[in-house]
Amino acid sequence: MLQNADIFQSDGVIFDLEDAVMLSEKDAAVHLLDNFLKSYAFENLEIVIRINQLDSEFSRVELEQIVSDKIDTLMLPKATAKNTNALSKMLDKLEKSKKMNKKIGIIPIIELASSVLEAKEIASVNRVNGLLLGGEDLSTDLEVERTEDGLELLLARGLVVLAAKAYKLDAIDTPYTKTNDEEGLNKDSSYAKKIGMNAKVCIHPNQIDTVNTVFSPSIQEIEYARKVVKAEADALSTGKGAFTVDGKMIDKPIIDRAKKLLDKAQRWGLL
Amino acid sequence: MKNSLGRFVPEGFIPFKGADTLIKNMKRVLVPEVTTRETDKVIRTLSDLFDLIPITDGMTLSFHHHLRNGDGVLNMVLSEIKKRKLKNMTLAPSAIFPIHGPLVELIKNQNVTSIYTNYINGPVADCITQGYLKYPLVMDTHGGRPRAIESGELKIDVAFIAVPTSDHLGNGNGIDELSACGALGYAISDLQYAKKKVVVTDHLVDHVSLAEIEERYVDYIVKVNQIGDAKGIVSGTTKPTRDPVQLKIAKDTAQLIDELGFIKDGLSFQTGAGGTSIAVALEVQKRMTEKKIKGSFASGGITSFLVEMHEKGLFEKLYDVQCFDLDAVKSYKKNPKHLPMSASEYGNPLEVNPIVNNLDVVILGATEIDTKFNVNVTTDSSGNLIGGSGGHSDTAYGAKLTIITTNLVKSRTSMVKDSVTTITTPGESVDCLVTERGIAINPQRQDLLDRLKGSKLHLLTIEELLAKATEITGVPTPLEPSNRVIGVVRYRDGSIIDTLYQKSEEQS
Repeated sequence: MLQNADIFQSDGVIFDLEDAVMLSEKDAAVHLLDNFLKSYAFENLEIVIRINQLDSEFSRVELEQIVSDKIDTLMLPKATAKNTNALSKMLDKLEKSKKMNKKIGIIPIIELASSVLEAKEIASVNRVNGLLLGGEDLSTDLEVERTEDGLELLLARGLVVLAAKAYKLDAIDTPYTKTNDEEGLNKDSSYAKKIGMNAKVCIHPNQIDTVNTVFSPSIQEIEYARKVVKAEADALSTGKGAFTVDGKMIDKPIIDRAKKLLDKAQRWGLL
Repeated sequence: MKNSLGRFVPEGFIPFKGADTLIKNMKRVLVPEVTTRETDKVIRTLSDLFDLIPITDGMTLSFHHHLRNGDGVLNMVLSEIKKRKLKNMTLAPSAIFPIHGPLVELIKNQNVTSIYTNYINGPVADCITQGYLKYPLVMDTHGGRPRAIESGELKIDVAFIAVPTSDHLGNGNGIDELSACGALGYAISDLQYAKKKVVVTDHLVDHVSLAEIEERYVDYIVKVNQIGDAKGIVSGTTKPTRDPVQLKIAKDTAQLIDELGFIKDGLSFQTGAGGTSIAVALEVQKRMTEKKIKGSFASGGITSFLVEMHEKGLFEKLYDVQCFDLDAVKSYKKNPKHLPMSASEYGNPLEVNPIVNNLDVVILGATEIDTKFNVNVTTDSSGNLIGGSGGHSDTAYGAKLTIITTNLVKSRTSMVKDSVTTITTPGESVDCLVTERGIAINPQRQDLLDRLKGSKLHLLTIEELLAKATEITGVPTPLEPSNRVIGVVRYRDGSIIDTLYQKSEEQS
């Protein structure tokens, strides 16, 4: 499985050292991953490691071993403002002692009720480049069942989006756990996109295509954005202050959004 | 002597000179069809039949493989050969499966000393790999086998034809009852040209409605309790894969077919019954539906997915040489445009217009492919026999677009090699290779490369794919085969495309 991590056109791949690894296999997993990363060159893929909780007996040893220029980001479970700050400081030291060229990012997992409430503080920590909503653990903390419509996560999703966007970070949605339900995944992803999430974690490679399709700008969106940008250029050249596209008045936020969307489409090779 | 691909050809065989070279100058030789004068055809037991014909030392007996790994007929005949201590028999089954394990003992005891087949796996394959068969195994293609039979090159003394339903005169079909297996296309040349034809059935009736097996050819009928195990008759894999790597390969394959402009009205298409093949068919189905495309035909072994496409109007006809599942059998029975074809009509290179020559697109697998696009589906990379051409070389030759799909790396081994262990299908017949790490187009197909300019598909040269694989797997130590020839791979025109060797001591 490791060797196929880079073939599915995801933007990043998360190597999990936490829940996916049995307690008795923790050392072996770190060792295997470390050796794999040393021997394998990835192209155009963000390498993310989900580490164990920072207060666990494993995290310090694994950080020593795993932090290197071969990785990009650490994913921190049960994140709080305090432990996210602590991780950031540990990385300062490790990067210095290992004479690294890279600055490792952090994606805190917002999966406790208390973390949702301090999402803004967590987002403000140096190195944080995205917030991930952890729906399963959060539901446990909230003492609610996960449902198909995700009503139980509505507020948390909204707060994560607000905190992430306030700091210009990625708002990453919780994974959809039914790996054989493409239609359900499509609905859940579309809903997340609608409320402001701009990425989603996949827990099976077969989910990547659907998530990419939902979160990528559609042909219609790209065409509209192109019209807006062209109309703006035309308006500027003719000295017009206000203009419309398809009968709708266009103002600065719409132009900014169109430009952002075209940037994204360019980056993902959709133009 | 070496053939045009640089492979050794043993004495007494014709070397391969190119996919077209020999066929172009070949005249079709047809020995006379053999019809029967027998009127009282039903024989009580196989043993009585052996006495009646009589079947003796050194004869050639043939079989079809429509009952696949549920076949009981070959084993019944083997049991009789063993009981009678017959020697030096030649067998010509169109395929050999693991269920035919009892043949091992007969090979070791030299009851059976020579075998012609199109596909072989399981214990018999292992036994032959280990060098127990006295004379070289001859591996034909599905189209090459009827060519050899109709020309008299492969002379069959007695053809044992398993038929799920037969009447008392020998009219029969494969569509009804316990052992229903559908179309019986691989049996037709045996039926027409063997010296004696024996129908073996477990369902004897007064009248059959659709007679794919015609009474005028049938000499004898033997009723047995069961000609096969229904569980093994249906092909193993009839569900699309859920494996993410193979699904990616399937999606990229469909995208490639689309970008090359083949998803258009009149499309003719063939793919196999494996999980990836079915996933490709489903992806093609999606695209055909979206674009409201009406294809002309799908062919080969027919699966429920091709039936579904036919019933949705995506393919006007199905040309069926064998049914891979029960839905295909049901469709063959009820859909008037689900048509049977004999192996000769399917792929015989000397037929006037075999179906394979009308194919637009064929999707095929590979156990190895080399940088010259030569494909191996006969042995694994250690030289063990694990399959055979079947219709691989025939369809690859005939189709306008031949796509090989395979994982680039399987079990820490690269599927792309500098040189394949065994050549089954020549690289000149292969156009594209789709792997999880990229797509390679045969440089001989500049037209395809031109068409793909600007494509967002991940296009690489096959050498680049090999380099990527080697980066992951390292360079394996080449295995030196022994010098003892255990068989030959016969191309569809009858020439030898490669030679099979016994595994050396250290490999075994």
